[in-house]
Amino acid sequence: METIASILTDTQWSPYAAGIGIGILSWLSFLISGKPLATSTTFARAGGMIEDFFTEGEAEQKPYYKKIRLHINWQWMLVLGVVVGSFLSAIFSGDFQSGVWVPSLWASAFGNNALVRVVAAFIGGIILGYGARFADGCTSGHGISGTLQLAVSSWVSVIFFFIGGIITAHIIYQVIA
Amino acid sequence: MKTKIEDSVTQQAQKDVEDKRSLIFGLAFGILFGFLLHKGGVTKYDVIVGQLLLTDFTVLKVMLSAVVTGMIGVYMMESQGWIQLSIKSGSVGKNVIGALIFGVGFALLGYCPGTIAGAIGNGYLDAITGGLAGILLGTWIFALMYPRLKEGILKKGEFGDITLPRLLKVNNWVVVVPAVLLILLLLLWIEAIGF
Repeated sequence: METIASILTDTQWSPYAAGIGIGILSWLSFLISGKPLATSTTFARAGGMIEDFFTEGEAEQKPYYKKIRLHINWQWMLVLGVVVGSFLSAIFSGDFQSGVWVPSLWASAFGNNALVRVVAAFIGGIILGYGARFADGCTSGHGISGTLQLAVSSWVSVIFFFIGGIITAHIIYQVIA
Repeated sequence: MKTKIEDSVTQQAQKDVEDKRSLIFGLAFGILFGFLLHKGGVTKYDVIVGQLLLTDFTVLKVMLSAVVTGMIGVYMMESQGWIQLSIKSGSVGKNVIGALIFGVGFALLGYCPGTIAGAIGNGYLDAITGGLAGILLGTWIFALMYPRLKEGILKKGEFGDITLPRLLKVNNWVVVVPAVLLILLLLLWIEAIGF
């Protein structure tokens, strides 16, 4: 039987329950903070902050970093919160993964070599980070927040995120593997 | 009588309090967002890549139910004047070319910017090492190339910050209601065919 506690301890909810929860969260985010849920600019900001640290403030002069501004803001804290929230949910439900370098689906096609997976994730990350800034949004900013506002830019983006992703995933698993 | 300097000091103090409040709400919303992403199962490589391989429709179910719920509430609040929409300006260069590049990275990495934060919290080591480092480097390369891109490909086929109702020149609800129904039908169909 479902209890209040099992809401916390279930590893996974119905995807619809989680989705409705995210939808309600988007209301609160608009109403209280006046902002849509979005994450990817924070990675650009963090990258710029790292450069700033090593160049003693030179990065701030780059036109893109002038545009997004290199300081810790609302969205920065949101992304940090996502790490914390996911960690708490994983701990409550006994799903925290320790020592997992290779996801099982990847292992089934490419084996258990951690280095191979980390290099693939690194290259994938470069392309994803570059693409997210190129498209001016990601699966949360465009995919959820933009589409729910019926933004044309976001509907076009999310369709092409998935076209690119579906084709690439099939090439990775059916041609390369 | 207060001097101008005193005024600006109080204003600065008020602004600092607001900034702090904004950061705390950001953190709180983030914790809830991360919690829900994990409970939805989408902090896992297998679930995300399963969606791209069309064998697991969890990602689409989470996203579409968030979009339906969010759309109804956000447009109701907007019609009451409680909130303002925040629409990103678009172009073919950004939202087709950029989005396709994103899709390639999405499939190879197996996480996106929001879900990789969730995957890190969930403990996945490929996410916190190669994945995170890659994303940071990718955005940095973009910042390096931005001066050249911004006057070129990012401007190709600009269409501005429009919404579907404005594009079609109709009342918001003329699009919201059919959009909600279509998404619900799509979800029912996905369930009906056994996903």
